[in-house]
Amino acid sequence: MSTIAATAPSRRVGVTQARVILSEWTKLRSVRSTRWSLFAATLLTIGFPILAASVISAHWGHRSPAERAHFNALDPALVGAQIAQLAIGVLGVLAITAEYSTGMIRASFTAVPKRLPVLWGKAVVFAAVTFVLMLPAVLIAFFASQSILARHHVNLTFSDPHVARAVIGAALYLTVIALFSLGIGSIVRNTAGGIATFAAILFVVPPLMNVLPASWNNAISPYLPNNAGTAILAIHPDVNRLAPWTGFGVFCAYTAGTLAVAAILLVRRDT
Amino acid sequence: MIEARDLTKDYGDKRAVDGLSFDVRPGIVTGFLGPNGSGKSTTMRLVLGLDRPTKGHVTVNGKAYRAHAAPLREVGALLEARSVHTGRSARNHLLALAQTHGIPRSRVDELIDHVGLHDVARKRAGGFSLGMGQRLGIATALLGDPQTVMLDEPVNGLDPEGIQWIRTLLKSLAAEGRTVFVSSHLMSEMALTADHLIVIGRGKLIADASVADFLAGASKGLVHVRSPQAEELQRALAGPDVTVAVVEPGLLEVGGLSAAQVGEAAAANGLVLHELGEHQASLEEAFMDLTRDELEFAAS
Repeated sequence: MSTIAATAPSRRVGVTQARVILSEWTKLRSVRSTRWSLFAATLLTIGFPILAASVISAHWGHRSPAERAHFNALDPALVGAQIAQLAIGVLGVLAITAEYSTGMIRASFTAVPKRLPVLWGKAVVFAAVTFVLMLPAVLIAFFASQSILARHHVNLTFSDPHVARAVIGAALYLTVIALFSLGIGSIVRNTAGGIATFAAILFVVPPLMNVLPASWNNAISPYLPNNAGTAILAIHPDVNRLAPWTGFGVFCAYTAGTLAVAAILLVRRDT
Repeated sequence: MIEARDLTKDYGDKRAVDGLSFDVRPGIVTGFLGPNGSGKSTTMRLVLGLDRPTKGHVTVNGKAYRAHAAPLREVGALLEARSVHTGRSARNHLLALAQTHGIPRSRVDELIDHVGLHDVARKRAGGFSLGMGQRLGIATALLGDPQTVMLDEPVNGLDPEGIQWIRTLLKSLAAEGRTVFVSSHLMSEMALTADHLIVIGRGKLIADASVADFLAGASKGLVHVRSPQAEELQRALAGPDVTVAVVEPGLLEVGGLSAAQVGEAAAANGLVLHELGEHQASLEEAFMDLTRDELEFAAS
Protein backbone atom coordinates (compact mmCIF):
# COMPACT_ATOMS: atom_id res chain seq x y z
CA MET A 1 0.00 0.00 0.00
CA SER A 2 3.02 2.28 0.05
CA THR A 3 2.32 3.22 -3.56
CA ILE A 4 0.12 6.06 -2.33
CA ALA A 5 3.25 8.06 -1.63
CA ALA A 6 4.14 10.20 -4.63
CA THR A 7 6.76 8.37 -6.67
CA ALA A 8 8.92 11.04 -8.20
CA PRO A 9 10.06 14.14 -6.33
CA SER A 10 8.06 16.46 -8.53
CA ARG A 11 8.55 20.13 -9.35
CA ARG A 12 7.64 22.63 -6.69
CA VAL A 13 4.05 21.86 -5.80
CA GLY A 14 1.77 24.70 -4.76
CA VAL A 15 -1.15 26.90 -5.74
CA THR A 16 -0.52 29.73 -8.22
CA GLN A 17 -3.03 31.83 -10.17
CA ALA A 18 -1.68 30.44 -13.47
CA ARG A 19 -2.20 26.86 -12.28
CA VAL A 20 -5.75 27.63 -11.13
CA ILE A 21 -6.48 29.11 -14.58
CA LEU A 22 -5.27 25.87 -16.19
CA SER A 23 -7.45 23.93 -13.74
CA GLU A 24 -10.51 26.04 -14.63
CA TRP A 25 -9.82 25.44 -18.32
CA THR A 26 -9.84 21.70 -17.64
CA LYS A 27 -13.11 22.08 -15.74
CA LEU A 28 -14.75 24.05 -18.54
CA ARG A 29 -13.79 21.74 -21.38
CA SER A 30 -14.48 18.50 -19.48
CA VAL A 31 -18.24 18.93 -19.05
CA ARG A 32 -20.03 17.80 -22.16
CA SER A 33 -23.12 20.02 -21.74
CA THR A 34 -20.92 23.14 -21.54
CA ARG A 35 -19.10 22.19 -24.76
CA TRP A 36 -22.37 21.62 -26.59
CA SER A 37 -23.94 24.83 -25.31
CA LEU A 38 -20.96 26.90 -26.47
CA PHE A 39 -21.05 25.16 -29.83
CA ALA A 40 -24.78 25.85 -30.15
CA ALA A 41 -24.35 29.51 -29.14
CA THR A 42 -21.68 29.92 -31.83
CA LEU A 43 -23.89 28.31 -34.48
CA LEU A 44 -26.86 30.50 -33.53
CA THR A 45 -24.71 33.63 -33.68
CA ILE A 46 -23.83 32.77 -37.28
CA GLY A 47 -27.02 31.03 -38.38
CA PHE A 48 -29.68 33.55 -37.36
CA PRO A 49 -28.13 36.47 -39.28
CA ILE A 50 -27.93 34.31 -42.41
CA LEU A 51 -31.57 33.31 -41.97
CA ALA A 52 -32.66 36.90 -41.22
CA ALA A 53 -30.76 38.32 -44.21
CA SER A 54 -32.24 35.66 -46.51
CA VAL A 55 -35.81 36.43 -45.37
CA ILE A 56 -35.27 40.19 -45.77
CA SER A 57 -33.71 39.69 -49.16
CA ALA A 58 -36.57 37.49 -50.36
CA HIS A 59 -39.22 40.03 -49.30
CA TRP A 60 -37.32 43.17 -50.27
CA GLY A 61 -39.62 43.82 -53.20
CA HIS A 62 -42.67 43.97 -50.89
CA ARG A 63 -41.18 46.62 -48.61
CA SER A 64 -42.55 50.16 -48.70
CA PRO A 65 -40.15 53.02 -49.53
CA ALA A 66 -40.43 54.19 -45.90
CA GLU A 67 -39.43 50.75 -44.63
CA ARG A 68 -36.54 50.66 -47.05
CA ALA A 69 -35.37 54.09 -45.90
CA HIS A 70 -35.33 53.02 -42.26
CA PHE A 71 -33.64 49.72 -42.91
CA ASN A 72 -30.44 49.19 -40.93
CA ALA A 73 -28.40 46.40 -42.50
CA LEU A 74 -26.51 45.87 -39.25
CA ASP A 75 -29.67 44.65 -37.46
CA PRO A 76 -29.82 41.24 -39.15
CA ALA A 77 -26.03 40.87 -38.79
CA LEU A 78 -26.22 41.12 -34.99
CA VAL A 79 -29.51 39.30 -34.37
CA GLY A 80 -27.51 36.15 -33.57
CA ALA A 81 -25.47 37.96 -30.95
CA GLN A 82 -28.74 39.06 -29.28
CA ILE A 83 -29.70 35.42 -28.90
CA ALA A 84 -26.20 34.34 -27.90
CA GLN A 85 -26.22 36.73 -24.94
CA LEU A 86 -28.87 34.60 -23.26
CA ALA A 87 -26.89 31.39 -23.85
CA ILE A 88 -23.64 32.97 -22.66
CA GLY A 89 -25.41 34.41 -19.62
CA VAL A 90 -26.88 31.05 -18.63
CA LEU A 91 -23.48 29.36 -19.04
CA GLY A 92 -21.80 32.08 -17.00
CA VAL A 93 -24.24 31.53 -14.13
CA LEU A 94 -23.84 27.75 -14.41
CA ALA A 95 -20.03 27.97 -14.44
CA ILE A 96 -20.21 28.57 -10.71
CA THR A 97 -23.68 27.48 -9.54
CA ALA A 98 -23.15 23.97 -10.93
CA GLU A 99 -20.22 23.67 -8.51
CA TYR A 100 -22.51 24.56 -5.63
CA SER A 101 -25.34 22.23 -6.68
CA THR A 102 -23.03 19.23 -7.17
CA GLY A 103 -20.81 19.94 -4.15
CA MET A 104 -17.75 20.33 -6.39
CA ILE A 105 -17.20 23.73 -4.77
CA ARG A 106 -16.01 21.98 -1.59
CA ALA A 107 -13.31 20.17 -3.55
CA SER A 108 -12.39 23.39 -5.37
CA PHE A 109 -12.09 25.40 -2.16
CA THR A 110 -10.23 22.61 -0.37
CA ALA A 111 -7.62 22.71 -3.15
CA VAL A 112 -7.61 26.52 -3.25
CA PRO A 113 -8.68 27.66 0.23
CA LYS A 114 -7.92 31.31 -0.52
CA ARG A 115 -10.89 30.97 -2.96
CA LEU A 116 -10.40 34.17 -4.98
CA PRO A 117 -8.02 32.51 -7.48
CA VAL A 118 -10.93 30.20 -8.36
CA LEU A 119 -13.23 33.14 -9.18
CA TRP A 120 -10.52 34.94 -11.18
CA GLY A 121 -9.59 31.70 -12.92
CA LYS A 122 -13.19 31.12 -13.99
CA ALA A 123 -13.46 34.75 -15.13
CA VAL A 124 -10.29 34.60 -17.25
CA VAL A 125 -11.14 31.25 -18.83
CA PHE A 126 -14.80 31.92 -19.54
CA ALA A 127 -14.17 35.44 -20.88
CA ALA A 128 -11.34 34.22 -23.12
CA VAL A 129 -13.40 31.30 -24.45
CA THR A 130 -16.38 33.58 -25.11
CA PHE A 131 -14.28 36.15 -26.99
CA VAL A 132 -12.36 33.57 -29.00
CA LEU A 133 -15.62 31.90 -30.12
CA MET A 134 -17.76 35.00 -30.53
CA LEU A 135 -15.35 37.27 -32.44
CA PRO A 136 -15.11 34.96 -35.47
CA ALA A 137 -18.82 34.17 -35.12
CA VAL A 138 -19.95 37.82 -35.36
CA LEU A 139 -17.46 38.50 -38.17
CA ILE A 140 -18.74 35.53 -40.17
CA ALA A 141 -22.32 36.59 -39.37
CA PHE A 142 -21.62 40.11 -40.62
CA PHE A 143 -19.93 39.14 -43.89
CA ALA A 144 -22.40 36.34 -44.65
CA SER A 145 -25.50 38.47 -43.99
CA GLN A 146 -24.14 41.47 -45.93
CA SER A 147 -23.23 39.35 -48.94
CA ILE A 148 -26.86 38.19 -49.03
CA LEU A 149 -28.17 41.77 -48.74
CA ALA A 150 -25.73 42.88 -51.47
CA ARG A 151 -28.20 41.49 -53.98
CA HIS A 152 -30.32 44.61 -53.34
CA HIS A 153 -27.31 46.90 -52.75
CA VAL A 154 -28.46 47.69 -49.19
CA ASN A 155 -25.51 46.04 -47.50
CA LEU A 156 -22.88 47.64 -45.31
CA THR A 157 -19.15 47.10 -45.69
CA PHE A 158 -16.73 46.61 -42.83
CA SER A 159 -15.09 49.95 -43.61
CA ASP A 160 -18.35 51.95 -43.41
CA PRO A 161 -18.44 54.41 -40.49
CA HIS A 162 -18.73 52.72 -37.04
CA VAL A 163 -19.37 49.27 -38.52
CA ALA A 164 -16.09 47.68 -37.41
CA ARG A 165 -16.61 49.07 -33.89
CA ALA A 166 -20.18 47.73 -33.72
CA VAL A 167 -19.29 44.24 -35.01
CA ILE A 168 -16.19 43.77 -32.86
CA GLY A 169 -18.15 45.52 -30.09
CA ALA A 170 -20.72 42.69 -30.24
CA ALA A 171 -17.99 40.20 -29.36
CA LEU A 172 -16.77 42.48 -26.57
CA TYR A 173 -20.32 42.94 -25.26
CA LEU A 174 -20.83 39.15 -25.12
CA THR A 175 -17.51 38.76 -23.32
CA VAL A 176 -18.57 41.24 -20.64
CA ILE A 177 -21.96 39.46 -20.44
CA ALA A 178 -19.97 36.30 -19.63
CA LEU A 179 -18.25 38.06 -16.73
CA PHE A 180 -21.43 39.79 -15.54
CA SER A 181 -23.35 36.50 -15.37
CA LEU A 182 -20.43 34.74 -13.64
CA GLY A 183 -20.52 37.44 -10.97
CA ILE A 184 -24.29 37.05 -10.52
CA GLY A 185 -23.98 33.25 -10.32
CA SER A 186 -21.29 33.60 -7.68
CA ILE A 187 -23.42 35.94 -5.59
CA VAL A 188 -26.67 33.97 -5.87
CA ARG A 189 -24.99 30.48 -5.76
CA ASN A 190 -28.15 28.79 -7.03
CA THR A 191 -28.76 27.95 -10.68
CA ALA A 192 -32.44 28.86 -10.98
CA GLY A 193 -32.05 32.00 -8.88
CA GLY A 194 -28.92 33.04 -10.76
CA ILE A 195 -30.48 32.67 -14.20
CA ALA A 196 -33.65 34.46 -13.06
CA THR A 197 -31.62 37.35 -11.62
CA PHE A 198 -29.52 37.63 -14.77
CA ALA A 199 -32.58 37.60 -17.03
CA ALA A 200 -34.46 40.05 -14.80
CA ILE A 201 -31.64 42.61 -14.79
CA LEU A 202 -31.04 42.38 -18.53
CA PHE A 203 -34.45 41.79 -20.05
CA VAL A 204 -37.21 42.47 -17.51
CA VAL A 205 -36.15 45.70 -15.84
CA PRO A 206 -35.66 47.81 -19.02
CA PRO A 207 -39.29 47.58 -20.26
CA LEU A 208 -40.54 48.17 -16.70
CA MET A 209 -39.02 51.65 -16.92
CA ASN A 210 -41.90 52.63 -19.17
CA VAL A 211 -44.19 52.93 -16.14
CA LEU A 212 -42.04 55.78 -14.86
CA PRO A 213 -42.71 59.39 -15.90
CA ALA A 214 -41.03 60.05 -19.25
CA SER A 215 -38.43 62.42 -17.82
CA TRP A 216 -37.34 59.83 -15.22
CA ASN A 217 -37.38 57.05 -17.76
CA ASN A 218 -35.20 59.06 -20.15
CA ALA A 219 -32.78 59.89 -17.35
CA ILE A 220 -32.47 56.33 -15.99
CA SER A 221 -32.93 53.99 -18.96
CA PRO A 222 -29.66 54.73 -20.78
CA TYR A 223 -27.75 53.73 -17.66
CA LEU A 224 -29.40 50.32 -17.22
CA PRO A 225 -26.82 47.56 -17.78
CA ASN A 226 -28.34 46.17 -20.97
CA ASN A 227 -29.06 49.56 -22.57
CA ALA A 228 -25.62 50.86 -21.68
CA GLY A 229 -23.85 47.73 -22.90
CA THR A 230 -25.64 47.53 -26.23
CA ALA A 231 -24.85 51.17 -27.05
CA ILE A 232 -21.67 49.81 -28.62
CA LEU A 233 -23.80 47.97 -31.23
CA ALA A 234 -25.32 51.18 -32.66
CA ILE A 235 -24.03 52.81 -35.83
CA HIS A 236 -26.51 55.71 -35.87
CA PRO A 237 -26.57 58.34 -33.12
CA ASP A 238 -29.51 57.84 -30.75
CA VAL A 239 -30.55 60.54 -28.26
CA ASN A 240 -31.99 57.88 -25.92
CA ARG A 241 -28.67 56.11 -25.63
CA LEU A 242 -25.26 56.81 -24.21
CA ALA A 243 -22.37 57.21 -26.67
CA PRO A 244 -21.05 53.77 -27.71
CA TRP A 245 -17.86 53.59 -25.66
CA THR A 246 -19.40 55.50 -22.74
CA GLY A 247 -22.24 53.01 -22.58
CA PHE A 248 -19.88 50.09 -22.85
CA GLY A 249 -17.74 51.60 -20.09
CA VAL A 250 -20.83 51.89 -17.84
CA PHE A 251 -21.65 48.23 -18.49
CA CYS A 252 -18.04 47.27 -17.68
CA ALA A 253 -18.34 49.24 -14.43
CA TYR A 254 -21.52 47.33 -13.50
CA THR A 255 -19.68 44.09 -14.22
CA ALA A 256 -16.64 45.11 -12.18
CA GLY A 257 -18.96 46.05 -9.31
CA THR A 258 -20.78 42.71 -9.55
CA LEU A 259 -17.50 40.78 -9.52
CA ALA A 260 -16.25 42.84 -6.57
CA VAL A 261 -19.37 42.00 -4.55
CA ALA A 262 -18.99 38.35 -5.64
CA ALA A 263 -15.35 38.35 -4.47
CA ILE A 264 -16.15 39.84 -1.06
CA LEU A 265 -18.99 37.38 -0.46
CA LEU A 266 -16.92 34.45 -1.75
CA VAL A 267 -14.25 35.03 0.88
CA ARG A 268 -16.67 35.74 3.71
CA ARG A 269 -19.35 33.13 3.36
CA ASP A 270 -19.32 29.55 4.59
CA THR A 271 -19.36 26.92 1.89
CA MET B 1 -0.83 17.41 13.25
CA ILE B 2 -4.17 19.14 13.78
CA GLU B 3 -4.61 21.47 16.76
CA ALA B 4 -8.03 22.84 17.68
CA ARG B 5 -8.44 25.41 20.42
CA ASP B 6 -11.81 26.49 21.78
CA LEU B 7 -13.27 25.82 18.36
CA THR B 8 -16.87 27.05 18.22
CA LYS B 9 -19.34 27.34 15.37
CA ASP B 10 -22.87 28.72 15.43
CA TYR B 11 -25.37 28.39 12.61
CA GLY B 12 -27.98 31.00 13.40
CA ASP B 13 -28.83 30.42 17.05
CA LYS B 14 -27.84 26.77 16.94
CA ARG B 15 -24.40 25.90 18.29
CA ALA B 16 -22.97 23.06 16.16
CA VAL B 17 -19.47 22.98 17.67
CA ASP B 18 -18.97 24.14 21.23
CA GLY B 19 -15.52 25.04 22.55
CA LEU B 20 -13.64 22.02 21.17
CA SER B 21 -9.93 21.72 21.99
CA PHE B 22 -7.96 18.68 20.88
CA ASP B 23 -4.79 17.56 19.11
CA VAL B 24 -4.60 14.95 16.38
CA ARG B 25 -1.10 13.47 16.36
CA PRO B 26 0.90 11.88 13.55
CA GLY B 27 1.68 8.18 13.28
CA ILE B 28 -1.59 6.87 14.69
CA VAL B 29 -5.20 6.58 13.61
CA THR B 30 -7.34 8.99 15.61
CA GLY B 31 -11.03 8.16 15.60
CA PHE B 32 -13.49 11.04 15.77
CA LEU B 33 -16.66 9.70 17.32
CA GLY B 34 -20.06 11.05 18.03
CA PRO B 35 -23.71 10.41 17.29
CA ASN B 36 -25.12 11.74 14.02
CA GLY B 37 -25.50 15.50 14.22
CA SER B 38 -22.93 15.91 16.99
CA GLY B 39 -20.72 18.27 14.97
CA LYS B 40 -18.10 15.95 13.42
CA SER B 41 -18.59 17.09 9.83
CA THR B 42 -18.74 20.74 10.90
CA THR B 43 -15.46 20.36 12.77
CA MET B 44 -13.84 18.89 9.68
CA ARG B 45 -15.14 21.73 7.52
CA LEU B 46 -13.68 24.18 10.03
CA VAL B 47 -10.29 22.43 9.74
CA LEU B 48 -10.38 22.96 5.96
CA GLY B 49 -11.57 26.54 6.23
CA LEU B 50 -14.76 25.75 4.29
CA ASP B 51 -16.65 27.27 7.23
CA ARG B 52 -15.35 30.02 9.49
CA PRO B 53 -15.33 29.41 13.25
CA THR B 54 -17.49 31.73 15.34
CA LYS B 55 -14.80 31.59 18.01
CA GLY B 56 -11.47 29.83 18.53
CA HIS B 57 -9.18 28.47 15.83
CA VAL B 58 -7.75 25.34 14.32
CA THR B 59 -4.34 24.87 12.72
CA VAL B 60 -2.77 22.22 10.54
CA ASN B 61 0.98 21.72 11.00
CA GLY B 62 1.18 25.03 12.83
CA LYS B 63 -0.73 27.23 10.36
CA ALA B 64 -4.30 27.86 9.35
CA TYR B 65 -5.11 25.54 6.44
CA ARG B 66 -5.67 28.45 4.05
CA ALA B 67 -2.25 29.95 4.89
CA HIS B 68 -0.38 26.99 3.36
CA ALA B 69 1.19 27.41 -0.08
CA ALA B 70 0.28 23.84 -1.07
CA PRO B 71 -2.84 22.95 0.96
CA LEU B 72 -3.33 19.55 -0.71
CA ARG B 73 0.12 18.51 0.53
CA GLU B 74 -0.90 19.32 4.10
CA VAL B 75 -4.35 17.75 4.32
CA GLY B 76 -6.12 15.30 2.07
CA ALA B 77 -9.81 15.22 2.89
CA LEU B 78 -12.78 13.05 2.13
CA LEU B 79 -15.94 14.88 3.16
CA GLU B 80 -19.17 13.09 3.87
CA ALA B 81 -21.12 15.07 1.34
CA ARG B 82 -20.26 14.34 -2.28
CA SER B 83 -17.87 16.90 -3.70
CA VAL B 84 -17.73 15.97 -7.37
CA HIS B 85 -19.30 17.58 -10.45
CA THR B 86 -21.62 14.89 -11.77
CA GLY B 87 -20.96 15.74 -15.42
CA ARG B 88 -17.20 15.32 -15.28
CA SER B 89 -15.20 12.10 -15.55
CA ALA B 90 -13.25 10.83 -12.55
CA ARG B 91 -10.00 11.42 -14.37
CA ASN B 92 -10.78 15.02 -15.33
CA HIS B 93 -12.04 15.70 -11.81
CA LEU B 94 -8.70 14.59 -10.36
CA LEU B 95 -6.77 16.33 -13.12
CA ALA B 96 -8.47 19.69 -12.50
CA LEU B 97 -7.68 19.49 -8.79
CA ALA B 98 -4.11 18.33 -9.42
CA GLN B 99 -3.51 21.24 -11.80
CA THR B 100 -4.23 23.81 -9.08
CA HIS B 101 -1.02 22.61 -7.40
CA GLY B 102 1.07 21.67 -10.43
CA ILE B 103 0.75 18.01 -9.47
CA PRO B 104 1.74 15.97 -12.55
CA ARG B 105 -0.77 14.03 -14.66
CA SER B 106 1.14 10.81 -13.94
CA ARG B 107 0.13 11.12 -10.29
CA VAL B 108 -3.54 11.21 -11.31
CA ASP B 109 -3.20 7.98 -13.31
CA GLU B 110 -1.24 6.35 -10.51
CA LEU B 111 -4.03 7.08 -8.01
CA ILE B 112 -6.78 5.97 -10.37
CA ASP B 113 -5.05 2.59 -10.59
CA HIS B 114 -4.37 2.54 -6.88
CA VAL B 115 -8.01 2.97 -5.85
CA GLY B 116 -9.23 0.58 -8.54
CA LEU B 117 -11.11 3.02 -10.78
CA HIS B 118 -9.10 2.29 -13.92
CA ASP B 119 -12.04 0.89 -15.91
CA VAL B 120 -14.42 3.76 -15.13
CA ALA B 121 -11.96 6.69 -15.02
CA ARG B 122 -13.34 8.18 -18.22
CA LYS B 123 -17.01 7.79 -17.27
CA ARG B 124 -19.13 10.57 -15.76
CA ALA B 125 -18.79 10.60 -11.98
CA GLY B 126 -22.54 11.20 -11.72
CA GLY B 127 -23.14 7.56 -12.65
CA PHE B 128 -20.86 6.18 -9.96
CA SER B 129 -22.11 3.86 -7.23
CA LEU B 130 -21.60 4.88 -3.62
CA GLY B 131 -18.53 2.66 -3.38
CA MET B 132 -16.98 4.03 -6.57
CA GLY B 133 -17.71 7.59 -5.39
CA GLN B 134 -15.97 6.81 -2.12
CA ARG B 135 -12.94 5.46 -3.97
CA LEU B 136 -12.80 8.61 -6.06
CA GLY B 137 -13.01 10.63 -2.84
CA ILE B 138 -10.06 8.68 -1.41
CA ALA B 139 -8.06 9.28 -4.60
CA THR B 140 -8.85 13.00 -4.28
CA ALA B 141 -7.68 12.96 -0.66
CA LEU B 142 -4.37 11.29 -1.55
CA LEU B 143 -3.67 13.48 -4.58
CA GLY B 144 -1.19 15.79 -2.86
CA ASP B 145 0.57 12.98 -0.96
CA PRO B 146 -0.65 14.75 2.19
CA GLN B 147 0.92 14.74 5.64
CA THR B 148 -2.54 14.59 7.21
CA VAL B 149 -5.46 12.52 5.96
CA MET B 150 -8.92 13.44 7.20
CA LEU B 151 -11.85 11.22 6.29
CA ASP B 152 -15.49 11.82 7.22
CA GLU B 153 -17.42 8.56 7.61
CA PRO B 154 -15.33 6.76 4.96
CA VAL B 155 -16.97 3.34 5.31
CA ASN B 156 -20.55 4.60 5.03
CA GLY B 157 -22.37 2.61 2.40
CA LEU B 158 -19.38 0.49 1.43
CA ASP B 159 -19.54 -3.26 0.83
CA PRO B 160 -17.44 -5.55 3.07
CA GLU B 161 -14.58 -5.58 0.58
CA GLY B 162 -14.54 -1.78 0.46
CA ILE B 163 -14.66 -1.52 4.25
CA GLN B 164 -11.70 -3.89 4.53
CA TRP B 165 -9.83 -1.81 1.95
CA ILE B 166 -10.39 1.41 3.94
CA ARG B 167 -9.27 -0.20 7.20
CA THR B 168 -6.02 -1.44 5.66
CA LEU B 169 -5.46 1.93 4.00
CA LEU B 170 -5.93 3.89 7.25
CA LYS B 171 -3.46 1.68 9.09
CA SER B 172 -0.85 1.85 6.36
CA LEU B 173 -1.17 5.65 6.17
CA ALA B 174 -0.57 5.91 9.91
CA ALA B 175 2.33 3.44 9.70
CA GLU B 176 3.97 5.79 7.17
CA GLY B 177 3.96 8.44 9.88
CA ARG B 178 0.99 10.43 8.61
CA THR B 179 -1.68 11.99 10.77
CA VAL B 180 -4.91 10.06 10.23
CA PHE B 181 -8.17 11.58 11.47
CA VAL B 182 -11.26 9.58 10.71
CA SER B 183 -14.82 10.15 11.86
CA SER B 184 -17.53 7.63 12.44
CA HIS B 185 -20.75 7.28 14.36
CA LEU B 186 -20.05 3.56 14.65
CA MET B 187 -17.98 2.58 17.66
CA SER B 188 -17.45 -0.94 16.35
CA GLU B 189 -15.71 0.46 13.27
CA MET B 190 -13.38 2.54 15.40
CA ALA B 191 -12.59 -0.44 17.61
CA LEU B 192 -11.00 -2.11 14.59
CA THR B 193 -8.95 0.80 13.28
CA ALA B 194 -8.37 3.56 15.81
CA ASP B 195 -5.54 3.90 18.31
CA HIS B 196 -6.86 7.07 19.87
CA LEU B 197 -10.37 8.45 20.26
CA ILE B 198 -11.85 11.91 20.35
CA VAL B 199 -15.50 11.64 21.33
CA ILE B 200 -17.97 14.50 20.99
CA GLY B 201 -21.65 14.97 21.65
CA ARG B 202 -23.71 18.05 20.86
CA GLY B 203 -20.55 19.76 19.69
CA LYS B 204 -18.77 19.34 23.03
CA LEU B 205 -15.71 17.25 23.83
CA ILE B 206 -16.68 14.20 25.89
CA ALA B 207 -13.49 12.16 25.83
CA ASP B 208 -9.97 12.40 24.41
CA ALA B 209 -8.10 9.20 25.25
CA SER B 210 -6.37 6.15 23.84
CA VAL B 211 -8.70 3.28 23.02
CA ALA B 212 -7.26 1.25 25.93
CA ASP B 213 -7.79 4.05 28.48
CA PHE B 214 -11.22 4.71 27.11
CA LEU B 215 -12.26 1.10 27.72
CA ALA B 216 -10.69 0.90 31.17
CA GLY B 217 -12.46 4.08 32.21
CA ALA B 218 -15.80 2.80 30.98
CA SER B 219 -15.59 -0.61 32.68
CA LYS B 220 -16.04 0.92 36.13
CA GLY B 221 -14.82 -2.29 37.87
CA LEU B 222 -18.02 -4.28 37.36
CA VAL B 223 -18.07 -8.03 37.91
CA HIS B 224 -20.27 -10.42 35.95
CA VAL B 225 -21.23 -13.59 37.72
CA ARG B 226 -23.37 -16.45 36.43
CA SER B 227 -25.00 -18.85 38.84
CA PRO B 228 -27.96 -21.27 38.87
CA GLN B 229 -28.63 -19.90 42.39
CA ALA B 230 -28.60 -16.28 41.41
CA GLU B 231 -31.27 -15.19 43.89
CA GLU B 232 -29.46 -16.68 46.88
CA LEU B 233 -26.20 -15.18 45.63
CA GLN B 234 -27.83 -11.78 45.33
CA ARG B 235 -28.85 -11.94 48.98
CA ALA B 236 -25.40 -13.17 50.04
CA LEU B 237 -23.67 -10.28 48.28
CA ALA B 238 -25.96 -7.56 49.62
CA GLY B 239 -24.22 -4.94 51.71
CA PRO B 240 -23.37 -1.27 51.94
CA ASP B 241 -21.73 0.19 48.79
CA VAL B 242 -22.57 -2.94 46.83
CA THR B 243 -24.87 -2.82 43.80
CA VAL B 244 -26.26 -5.94 42.23
CA ALA B 245 -28.20 -5.83 38.98
CA VAL B 246 -29.83 -8.73 37.18
CA VAL B 247 -28.62 -8.61 33.57
CA GLU B 248 -30.65 -11.67 32.61
CA PRO B 249 -31.97 -14.64 34.61
CA GLY B 250 -28.94 -16.29 36.19
CA LEU B 251 -26.50 -13.46 35.37
CA LEU B 252 -25.69 -10.71 37.85
CA GLU B 253 -23.67 -7.55 37.42
CA VAL B 254 -21.96 -6.62 40.69
CA GLY B 255 -20.50 -3.25 41.56
CA GLY B 256 -18.40 -2.45 44.63
CA LEU B 257 -16.80 -5.89 44.99
CA SER B 258 -13.86 -7.55 43.22
CA ALA B 259 -14.25 -10.87 41.43
CA ALA B 260 -12.27 -12.53 44.25
CA GLN B 261 -14.65 -11.14 46.90
CA VAL B 262 -17.67 -12.38 44.97
CA GLY B 263 -16.11 -15.83 44.59
CA GLU B 264 -15.30 -16.02 48.31
CA ALA B 265 -18.79 -14.93 49.30
CA ALA B 266 -20.23 -17.63 47.07
CA ALA B 267 -17.96 -20.30 48.58
CA ALA B 268 -18.81 -19.21 52.12
CA ASN B 269 -22.51 -19.70 51.31
CA GLY B 270 -22.00 -22.93 49.39
CA LEU B 271 -23.34 -21.49 46.15
CA VAL B 272 -22.49 -22.84 42.70
CA LEU B 273 -20.91 -20.46 40.14
CA HIS B 274 -20.80 -21.17 36.39
CA GLU B 275 -18.92 -18.05 35.40
CA LEU B 276 -17.11 -15.24 37.18
CA GLY B 277 -15.07 -12.39 35.78
CA GLU B 278 -14.28 -8.69 35.58
CA HIS B 279 -16.58 -7.19 33.01
CA GLN B 280 -14.70 -5.61 30.12
CA ALA B 281 -17.01 -3.00 28.60
CA SER B 282 -17.21 -3.14 24.85
CA LEU B 283 -16.30 0.03 23.04
CA GLU B 284 -19.92 0.21 21.97
CA GLU B 285 -21.18 0.17 25.57
CA ALA B 286 -18.59 2.72 26.64
CA PHE B 287 -19.66 4.97 23.82
CA MET B 288 -23.35 4.59 24.61
CA ASP B 289 -22.63 5.27 28.25
CA LEU B 290 -20.72 8.45 27.47
CA THR B 291 -23.07 9.85 24.92
CA ARG B 292 -26.36 8.83 26.53
CA ASP B 293 -26.93 12.28 27.96
CA GLU B 294 -25.69 13.99 24.84
CA LEU B 295 -28.00 12.38 22.33
CA GLU B 296 -30.06 15.16 20.94
CA PHE B 297 -33.05 13.08 20.05
CA ALA B 298 -32.72 10.31 22.61
CA ALA B 299 -35.43 7.69 22.27
CA SER B 300 -37.55 8.00 25.36
